[in-house]
Amino acid sequence: MKKAALLFSAMFLILLAAASSFAGTLADVKAKGILTCGISEGVPGFSIPDSTGTWVGFDVDMARAVAAAVLGDSSKVKFVPLASKQKIVAVSSGQVDLTSRTTTWTLKRDAKQGVDFTHVVFYDGQGFLIPNKLGVRSARELNGASVCVTAGTTTELNLADFARANSIKVEAVVFDGKKEALNAYAAGRCDCFTTDISQLASLRSTLKDPKSHSILPEVISKEPLAPLVRHGDNQWKDIVTWVINGLVAAEENGITAANVDKMKASAENPVIQRMLGTSGDTGSYLGLDKEWLVRAIKAVGNYGEIYNRHFGPETPLNIPRGVNNLWVRGGLQYALPIR
Amino acid sequence: MNPAAAQKINIFIPRPNEAPPLDTAGPIGWIRQNLFNGKGNSLLTILALLFLLKTVPALLSWALFKATWVSGAACDATREGACWAFVVEKFRILMVGIYPSPHLWRPAVSFGLLATVVILTLFRLVSARTLAFLWFSLPLPLFWIINGGMGLAHVDQSLWGGLMLSMGLAVVGILFSLPLGILLALGRRSRMASVKALSIGIIELIRGVPLITILFMASVMLPLFLPKGVNINNLLRVQIGVILFSSAYIAEVIRGGLQAIPPGQMEAAVSTGLTHWQATRLVVLPQALRHVIPSIIGRCVALFKDTSLVIIVGLLDFLGMIKASTQDPEWLGYEAEAYVFCALVYWIICFSISRYGRSIEKNNAW
Repeated sequence: MKKAALLFSAMFLILLAAASSFAGTLADVKAKGILTCGISEGVPGFSIPDSTGTWVGFDVDMARAVAAAVLGDSSKVKFVPLASKQKIVAVSSGQVDLTSRTTTWTLKRDAKQGVDFTHVVFYDGQGFLIPNKLGVRSARELNGASVCVTAGTTTELNLADFARANSIKVEAVVFDGKKEALNAYAAGRCDCFTTDISQLASLRSTLKDPKSHSILPEVISKEPLAPLVRHGDNQWKDIVTWVINGLVAAEENGITAANVDKMKASAENPVIQRMLGTSGDTGSYLGLDKEWLVRAIKAVGNYGEIYNRHFGPETPLNIPRGVNNLWVRGGLQYALPIR
Repeated sequence: MNPAAAQKINIFIPRPNEAPPLDTAGPIGWIRQNLFNGKGNSLLTILALLFLLKTVPALLSWALFKATWVSGAACDATREGACWAFVVEKFRILMVGIYPSPHLWRPAVSFGLLATVVILTLFRLVSARTLAFLWFSLPLPLFWIINGGMGLAHVDQSLWGGLMLSMGLAVVGILFSLPLGILLALGRRSRMASVKALSIGIIELIRGVPLITILFMASVMLPLFLPKGVNINNLLRVQIGVILFSSAYIAEVIRGGLQAIPPGQMEAAVSTGLTHWQATRLVVLPQALRHVIPSIIGRCVALFKDTSLVIIVGLLDFLGMIKASTQDPEWLGYEAEAYVFCALVYWIICFSISRYGRSIEKNNAW
C-alpha cells in the first residue's frame, strides 16, 4: 500500500512539474520544432489527404503559413484530424496549438469555451445554385422560383427571411437530406438549390454537367470561418491573427509567392517595406524575426493565391470570390495595417 | 464334362444399375426437391429468380462490364458503369493513410509479417504453443517497424491511417484484451470479495456503456482533466479504450466457459496436489477456453468492425479514409465505388476469420 501511495504521489508530482513547465505556445512550438494543427477529416477544398497522402486545402495552407512564419519551414506541421466534437476541446486542452478547421466564429465559443478566434479566413454562408440556362445573375431575381432546401434546418428559415426582406416570393420544396434535395434539383423539380456555398460547390461537382450550373454571388447567412487558438495566450493569438492578416495585406499590395523576393529587394512603397521587414521590425512585436511574413508568403502565396488554388475558377469547386474578395473589390477581406 | 456342356452353364452377370429417375437425382432432382417441392416454394423460387434476373445483370454491368478500371484523371461524367479507377487512384491512402512515402516499405513489411503469422495459423504449420507465442510477440516488432526508433526514423502516430490503422487497433485490441478478459473472468469467480467486486464493477461499468461513449471519454473528456501540457497520445487513449471495451465482453464469454466446467474437475486437480493456481491454469482454463473458442472468434470479428467507430474521434482508419477520399475535389461523386470497395474488404476479412472459427470447431483444435 505504501509503495502504491508513493508511486501515486510521484506520478502526481511529475504531472504537476510538466504542467508548470508549460510556457507560452510560441516557446513550446519553437522547442518542439513542429506546429501541431487540428484540421477537418476531409472537407473538399478545405482539407483532404490527396492521393499521394499529403494534406492539402485552404485550411491546411493557413497552418503552413503560420509554420513558415514561426519555424521557417512550412512542412513542419503535424496535422491532427479532428472530429467536429473535438475541435474546440483539442485547442482549449492544449492538444493542438491551433485549429484551422471550418469553425464558425460565435460569441459562445469565443467567450465561454476557452478558445480565441483569430482572423476570418472564409466568409461562408447560405448561397444558391442555379442552372445557367435560366440566366439569373442575382438571388434578388429569384421571385417566383421554387427552391430545393433541406427540412428543419436553419437553411429553411434563412431562405424565408431572405425572401421576406427582399419582398420576393419563393416556393420552398423541402427534402430530408442534402443528397435528396440535390437529386431533386438535378432532376429539375426546382429552379435552384440552397445550402452553404462551400457545400454547394462540392455538391455541384458531382452533377452530370457541373459547368452548366453556377453559384449566385449572394451569401444570405453568416458562417464566418476562422482558425482558433487557446484562450489566454495573447502572443500566440497575435501571431496567428497577423500572419493570416499579412496574407490578405500581401494580396492588397500585389505581393505574390513568385515576386516576394523581388519586392523585398526593390519595393519603394513604405507599406510593403514594413511588411517585408526592409524597414522597421514588425516581427519583433510578435516575438518573431524580420522576415516572418516573407517566409509565409513564399510558402503558400498571398490570400488570393491560396483561394484560387483551392476554390478558384480552375478548380472543380469554382466558388466565386463574392464576399471573400478584397474590400476594394466589394468583398469583406480587409487587411489591418501592419506597422 | 465336355466343353460343349460347359458352354451351356449360365453365369449370372448382374445388369448395371439403372439410373435413378431424372426427377429424383442429379441437378434436376436437387432442384425439384429443394426449390419446387410445393406450391409455396415454387412461387418463392420464381419470385426470387425474377428478382435476381432484374438486379444481377444490372449490378454486373455496373460493377464489371461497363466499369472503368484505369484512368489518369476522374472518370467520364457520362459513364454508366463503376469507376474503379477511383479505388486504384486512392489505394495508397486507403491502405496506409498519409504514412510518409519514403517509408512505405515499413507498412508493407509489417503486413508481410502479419500475413506470415496468419498463414501459419490457418494451415496449422506450427504447434499451438508456438502459435500463441508468435501472436503475442507480434505487436512489438510491428510497433517498432511502423513507429520507428532504435535505428529507424520516427513516424508520428498522426500519420498512421487507413486499413493499417484498423488492423493494428483490432489485432492489438484482441491480443491485449484476451489475457485481461481471462483475469477479469477469474476475478469475477474469485472468493475474495474485494477482487470479485472490483471485477464485477469493471465489467458491468464497461458493458453498460456503448463503445462510442468510451471513445468520447478517452478522446474528448480525458484531456480536460489532464493538466495543460500533459498530452497522452490520442491513438493510445483510443487503443486503451478499445482494449477495455473488448476485455469486458471477452471476460463474460470466458466466464461462460468456466461455468461449464464441473466443480469436480477443480476438486480432483487440487486433490492430486496441485495448488489452486496450477489447477486453474492446467486443468480448468484449457477446458473452459476450448468451450468458448467460437464465441471468442465472434468477438474478434465484432471488434474488427467496431474499430471503424474511431472515425468519430478523428482517427482516419479504413472507413475514415474511404470517407476522406470521396471528398477530394478532383474525385467527387464516387461514394458508391468507395463504399462498395469498403464493404468488400471488410467482408473478406470478417468472413475469413469466421471460416477459420468454423474449422477450429470442426477439428476441435487450434
